[in-house]
Amino acid sequence: MQESERQLREVAEKLLTEKKVDVIIGYEKGTLPLRARPAFIREPDEAKRLVWNSRCENNLCFYLRTVKEKVGIVAKGCDTRSMVGLIKERQIQRENVFIIGVPCPGIIDRKKIEEILDGGELWEGVESDSQIVLKGEGFEEKVDKDKLLHDACRSCKHKNPVLYDTLIGKEISEPKIDEYSDVEGFSSKPDNERWTYFNEETGRCIRCYACRNACPACYCPQCFVDQSLPTWFGRTPHLSDTLIFHIIRTLHTAGRCVDCGACSRVCPMNVELRMLNKKTEKDVKELYGYEAGTDLEELPPMATFKIDDPQEFIK
Amino acid sequence: MEEDRIAGTEKPQWEPRIIAFLCNWCSYAGADLAGISRLQYPPNVRIIRVPCSGRVNPYFIIKSLQHGVDGVLVSGCHPGDCHYISGNLVARRRFAILKRILEFVGIEKGRVQFSWISAAEGERFSQVIKEITQEIKTLGPSKKFVKDIEDARE
Repeated sequence: MQESERQLREVAEKLLTEKKVDVIIGYEKGTLPLRARPAFIREPDEAKRLVWNSRCENNLCFYLRTVKEKVGIVAKGCDTRSMVGLIKERQIQRENVFIIGVPCPGIIDRKKIEEILDGGELWEGVESDSQIVLKGEGFEEKVDKDKLLHDACRSCKHKNPVLYDTLIGKEISEPKIDEYSDVEGFSSKPDNERWTYFNEETGRCIRCYACRNACPACYCPQCFVDQSLPTWFGRTPHLSDTLIFHIIRTLHTAGRCVDCGACSRVCPMNVELRMLNKKTEKDVKELYGYEAGTDLEELPPMATFKIDDPQEFIK
Repeated sequence: MEEDRIAGTEKPQWEPRIIAFLCNWCSYAGADLAGISRLQYPPNVRIIRVPCSGRVNPYFIIKSLQHGVDGVLVSGCHPGDCHYISGNLVARRRFAILKRILEFVGIEKGRVQFSWISAAEGERFSQVIKEITQEIKTLGPSKKFVKDIEDARE
């Protein structure tokens, strides 16, 4: 990882010195232990601020639409998939973006660390290849990195960037896993059990819309929940309204969501948002053979049709 | 369900209320033909005419359920017959995903239905309405998704 970090800084410095890009969007060390935050680097000598480690959780594509200059961006596998989607939807121009791809073995979930700390305050975190040491007042704990991986990273099959101008480090092997095992297991439960589960999950939702704001695919100038002429969308924290909000949001990102996990990471109430997203992702793949963010040419599934699309559900 | 009560009856039998979104060019004309032909079909269905099945936003369907209808039917032209060439084909993909999500969160199968009915299929229209009314009667009143304002005030 340290070798990648050194390479990354070198590449960034070179890009800025040669004026190939105006700004590099990457990660820098956060103020809290074991955190990284987005960084916007404009001067070559600032490139040393850049870091690359397993805490670089943000999906930086989110900023691409707002920065109008020529951008160099540090992108993991999922980030490049989001980018493919945005390029296809004509939200960003490929030639304005220089993609610094980084193969990503998975990022750690800070909520899982919080669970281990159980209210305790983290003073220092030291990361090695396979372990993380958590230090605080009166405790020091070694935890396997695998245990802390984000759920979205556990079921990730695109650890390497799908699109890049330069690659930092070496490509890593893609795991052979069944990414939909959770969804399949859940689908086999009876109707009412699933209904209760979603009621409990979305019942915690406080409608802060953090999930929507963090999502790189949610960029409508006016979101359906913000429309007020007419206010046709229920705004109460009533269960029915919150569940419908999440269902409609899933529908809007159907065939576009790359499961980067940004929505569930920012949720302050720990609502399991990935279940619906993953289910839709699976359906789109089953019905239309489409996987979001893997191909620049293929049309988005909800923007096109085939005359022989499956229609066994229609009378 | 006050409005459904007939004066003098003690216990009104529950009757489902079904909203049908029918496309202007095929299914609505099909319903018209059923009427002109004096074909019988259950009076439980309330028809809303839309320009095309592609006009039906998935939220229309969910909102109907939120307001307490017991079933929703969306009907349009057969594939290839759409007045706007491909409105029903785009809608078909949308509904396929919507139906799967609704069933995934635990809405009963059969609450939300889709059909293709052409302007010449008056007979089929009455048949479809009979079928779905029967299906929804066996499902019973819809409770999931229904938004009770009193409840929200708590």
